[in-house]
Amino acid sequence: MTEFTPWFSLAGGFLIGLSSVLLMLFHGRIAGMTGIVSGLIPPIASDWGWRVAFVAGAILAPAIIIASGSPVAYSVPVSQTSLVVGGIIVGLGVFFSSGCTSGHGVCGLARFSIRSLAATVTFMAVTFITVYVIRHVIGA
Amino acid sequence: MKSFVTALLIGLVFGTGIAISGMINPAKVLNFFDLFGTWDPSLAIVMASALVTAMIGYRLVFGKFPKPVLTDRFAVPKNITIDARLLTGSTMFGVGWGISGFCPGGSIPALGMGESSALLFFASMIVGIVVARTLNNAWQRPSTI
Repeated sequence: MTEFTPWFSLAGGFLIGLSSVLLMLFHGRIAGMTGIVSGLIPPIASDWGWRVAFVAGAILAPAIIIASGSPVAYSVPVSQTSLVVGGIIVGLGVFFSSGCTSGHGVCGLARFSIRSLAATVTFMAVTFITVYVIRHVIGA
Repeated sequence: MKSFVTALLIGLVFGTGIAISGMINPAKVLNFFDLFGTWDPSLAIVMASALVTAMIGYRLVFGKFPKPVLTDRFAVPKNITIDARLLTGSTMFGVGWGISGFCPGGSIPALGMGESSALLFFASMIVGIVVARTLNNAWQRPSTI
């Protein structure tokens, strides 16, 4: 069980949206993690500087929160095999869909991209089905 | 240098949002998708909140600024084609997300938790992207990406 956290989720969602807006305002870029990170895998994109800085900030954030004395809830209820298999499939998938939850689900939908809508509806539906199958059909 | 600092600060905002919203936590993410089990609706609020903020913010940015503050133009994707490639990729992403509980935007801030699980997922995801890019280059050259 995880607790329903409406206020933290509302505030966190606002910050995720705000970061998308700020990245567009200052850098003119979509705040999609797939796209940002893909530019850091060789052949490295010529504009690697802001990408490295954004990723560094994203990684530093929870570390700073924890260092300041506030806990960050984190628990991984799946096996290491699931992390490896799931990770490889996510990597393959987001390459071909050119985006993930942040790129399509937030930035793409926010600018009314029909392509992002198709992607988001598809991956959300498939994730619901996958979790249902794993937890209630296979019973893992 | 200025662009490095702004991107770092914006990354901090993103990572803070992922951390406090619960998107960083695979247990919480998987519970959102477990409608018929230990359902936790928090993620719906995260996505709605992020989306409404981005919609309003983009509208202001595109309406009031002819170009970004630090660069020459808004680099917005022009592609509007819904093809098999997009839908296959999205389907695979959904399968992997459901298996692991991690999406790319959740896994990268999770690296800052100092837990090996996030690193294991992240490294596997990078392998997946590299394999996909290699296959893609082999299938269609010159590449259209």
